[in-house]
Amino acid sequence: MNLIHIWVFLVGLVVILYVMLDGFNLGVGMLFPGAANRAEQDVMMAAIAPVWDANQTWIVFGGGALFASFPMIYTVLFSALYIPLFTFLFGLIFRGVAFEFRANSHQKHIWNRAFFGGSLVAAFAQGVTLGGYIEGIRVRAGIFAGGPWDWLTPFSIMTGVALTAGYMLLGAGYLIIKTTGPVQERAYRQAFWAGGAVALFLCIVAVWTPYHNPEFVANWLSRPRIYGVWVFPVLSAASFVLLFHHLKKRSEIQPFVWSLMIFLSAYLALQSAIYPCAILPDISVAEAASQPETLIFTLWGVALILPVVLGYVWYSYRVFRGKVAYGDGYEQ
Amino acid sequence: MDVLSLSRIQFGLTTAFHILFPTLTIGLSLYLVILEGLWLRTGNEIYYRMYRFWIKIFAIHFAVGVVSGITLEFEFGTNFARFSQAVSNVFAPLLAYEGMTAFFLEAGFLGIMLFGWKRVSPAVHFLSTCLVAVGASLSAFWIMAANAWMQTPAGYELIHGKFHVTRFWDVIFNPAFPTHLTHMLLASYETAVFAVAGISAWFLLKRQHEAFFRKSLSIALVMAALIAPLQVVAGDFKGQNVARYQPAKLAAMEAHWDTNTQGGAPFVAFAFPDMKAEKNLCEITIPDMLSLIITHSLHGEVRGLKTFPPEDRPNAAITFWTFRIMAGIGFLLAGVMLWAGYLAFRKRLFDTPLFLKTLVMIQPLGFVATVVGWITVEVGRQPWVVYGLIRTKDSVSPIAAGNVVWSLGMFLILFAVVGGSYFYFTLKVLRNGPDAEAPATPSEVSIPASGKITATNAAGREVTS
Ligand code: HDD
Ligand code: HEM
Ligand code: HEM
Repeated sequence: MNLIHIWVFLVGLVVILYVMLDGFNLGVGMLFPGAANRAEQDVMMAAIAPVWDANQTWIVFGGGALFASFPMIYTVLFSALYIPLFTFLFGLIFRGVAFEFRANSHQKHIWNRAFFGGSLVAAFAQGVTLGGYIEGIRVRAGIFAGGPWDWLTPFSIMTGVALTAGYMLLGAGYLIIKTTGPVQERAYRQAFWAGGAVALFLCIVAVWTPYHNPEFVANWLSRPRIYGVWVFPVLSAASFVLLFHHLKKRSEIQPFVWSLMIFLSAYLALQSAIYPCAILPDISVAEAASQPETLIFTLWGVALILPVVLGYVWYSYRVFRGKVAYGDGYEQ
Repeated sequence: MDVLSLSRIQFGLTTAFHILFPTLTIGLSLYLVILEGLWLRTGNEIYYRMYRFWIKIFAIHFAVGVVSGITLEFEFGTNFARFSQAVSNVFAPLLAYEGMTAFFLEAGFLGIMLFGWKRVSPAVHFLSTCLVAVGASLSAFWIMAANAWMQTPAGYELIHGKFHVTRFWDVIFNPAFPTHLTHMLLASYETAVFAVAGISAWFLLKRQHEAFFRKSLSIALVMAALIAPLQVVAGDFKGQNVARYQPAKLAAMEAHWDTNTQGGAPFVAFAFPDMKAEKNLCEITIPDMLSLIITHSLHGEVRGLKTFPPEDRPNAAITFWTFRIMAGIGFLLAGVMLWAGYLAFRKRLFDTPLFLKTLVMIQPLGFVATVVGWITVEVGRQPWVVYGLIRTKDSVSPIAAGNVVWSLGMFLILFAVVGGSYFYFTLKVLRNGPDAEAPATPSEVSIPASGKITATNAAGREVTS
């Protein structure tokens, strides 16, 4: 049983790492049309060009890790959310090739659009996937038993829009750290608007989700959770206050940090409501897990290799620390 | 069409598109390691310029390789949920390990490789190049282990239709794995060096940047001279492995219908295998040859396809031809290297236009051999998804066919757009040729002993201008 808990934690960790890291990449992509000219576009692109691939790898690893630890979630979820999931992947394809193709192209506007469109589609579809997951999936005998459009509801559309706003906030926060001049000035304004939108959506979600899933409220109110869950809304509210405060003060690092805290607290609040369910409404994590030998074998890898991975990913962020200069990037 | 056929078409199409890119990046990453190593050792600026040229090609392929790979990782769950559920205990950890050991390594250091010139020392930059190359080959290690396990499952126990692991060592080092991995890595190296050789030969024929491309070609040819013959040997081992563990596949590949009871089995050099009539049309055979190749004796027994029930037979019409195209290419490339050896001996390597033209012509053949090789492996595994244990028809997800029609259509459009653009930009980079003018920044060439640099700097410009 302990083994399964470790894996719940690990999968949860990988998912939130992906959301936070690729989230700011996708956010920069969605803010891209705001750039006033070529030079500004180049700066925005160069801010994330050295790191986007490593960030995106978290979802690739997340897919493999989920498959290895909770195969039932992997198979049921992916069959059920076929359309939003592939839409997300198609978005990632355009986002990913845009870096190389744009650098080599004279027709930059085409790949600017691919970069923006790919990021937007990927972010929105990811939010819809999340919404579809929260709403629950029909399962019979361990296999998906619903229809192809089950995921398409007002709720999932709303989570799609909400996540889009959230990623824009992260993207703006990252740009504030990495850029100067007009790009940074615009990012402050964008962060302000995106932050407002996220606050609004979180309020809607906070009301709508329990209405959708009454069991969430029961979970939150159950002991011992009741002693801990109040932290998340408080943390979230405090983060918003600090975010706007630091945006006003024109701080450079803090807006990004507090945006991350908003994501983290919302995520933990959600997880604390879902757990110990793996697939809502009634498949538990224990039912969904792999055989213990597989969990142990993969855990060895995680324990030995993932710290090294985190080490060199950290190193590569250090190599590229500091502001992006105009003229950085591909035209080395 | 049903979900099953559509999903199989989609999986085949997406993997075939994907594999074109890793094939080049795995091989080219090794080539780049050699170039940067030579630069650091000799201080000759031309190696640095070569690196900067070939890395542009590498980067484009890498980007398309990454984005096309991501969808594959998810297709096991979206399209083959029943298969994924049955094999997850055994199969999924290999994918998780691939992510941890390989993908992070590649992605983590690619940034430094592409953008880190002014930010890290040349030694760290070289280390990054090496780690990206290691990552690419490690990725092949894990995914080939996963695929080889589907061919020759081992280290498992079947309980109520679900696989449980008994020993992970046996799962990874299953019988097909050593030859599978070797053959694939060699295929990547071979494809990449022949691509480099073909491009270099093209510039030499046009008499552009001659010093630059002579060096590129020489290094590529030295590598090819080692790899091309090795690949034929590796292919032979692969064939014997298939004969031993997947006899139905071998019979289909060789269009060999009846077990030879007296005397040796003939090798079918040309035929149109007819699955319904259980025989070959228009066949040309070489007596005893198949026995010789497979059993290494003139009269060794080779099991025929008719000894398998019709519902267990893979399609001979496809595998027979795909296998022959691949092996034909293998012999052709090895033959070209014999010719190269002869020309090198006569010191006429660079001024035999026919040879250079041949290199240009055969340049895409490595990619062709790789794709048809994979089709041989995968179609030859049918009707099983896990050989002998789970049928492909029982592996598919419980989803609506409309879903797959939509995603397949999207893939076709995407691949046309992405593939077309990729091709256009690759040609554009090639047409622009290497950049011989822009000087390397001082920090970039600061590593080797001081005096040397300036001397070769001048020399490098002299020849290239
Ligand atoms: C022998 C080599 C080989 C083979 C057979 C495959 N791949 Fe691959 N793959 C690579 C070699 C590779 C690579 C060399 O590691 C890539 C290619 C692009 C790149 O340059 O990295 C890569 C990229 C790549 C990525 C993106 C990784 C990232 O984000 O950095 C994924 C998710 C996959 N692959 C998954 C698969 C799956 C599920 C396959 C089988 C069905 C598959 N690959 C076949
Ligand atoms: C990269 C090169 C590869 C190519 C070109 C390729 C090609 C194909 C083709 C043509 C099919 C359809 C076969 C048929 O239905 O007759 C197929 C199916 C499949 N392949 Fe591969 N494949 C590759 C690699 C892999 C790897 C590395 C794995 C697993 C680790 C894999 C797993 C599968 C699965 C699960 C199916 C679907 C089930 C089936 O049709 O048997 N493939 N592939
Ligand atoms: C005379 C030369 C060759 C022989 C005898 C040969 C033999 C084989 C055999 C028997 C297989 C099928 C294995 C299976 O079904 O499990 C195979 C697969 C394959 N071949 Fe070849 N081959 C040769 C040359 C080449 C060349 C030149 C390339 C590419 C440059 C290549 C690329 C591949 C690939 C990518 C596969 C599928 C993956 C793998 O099994 O590693 N082969 N080959």
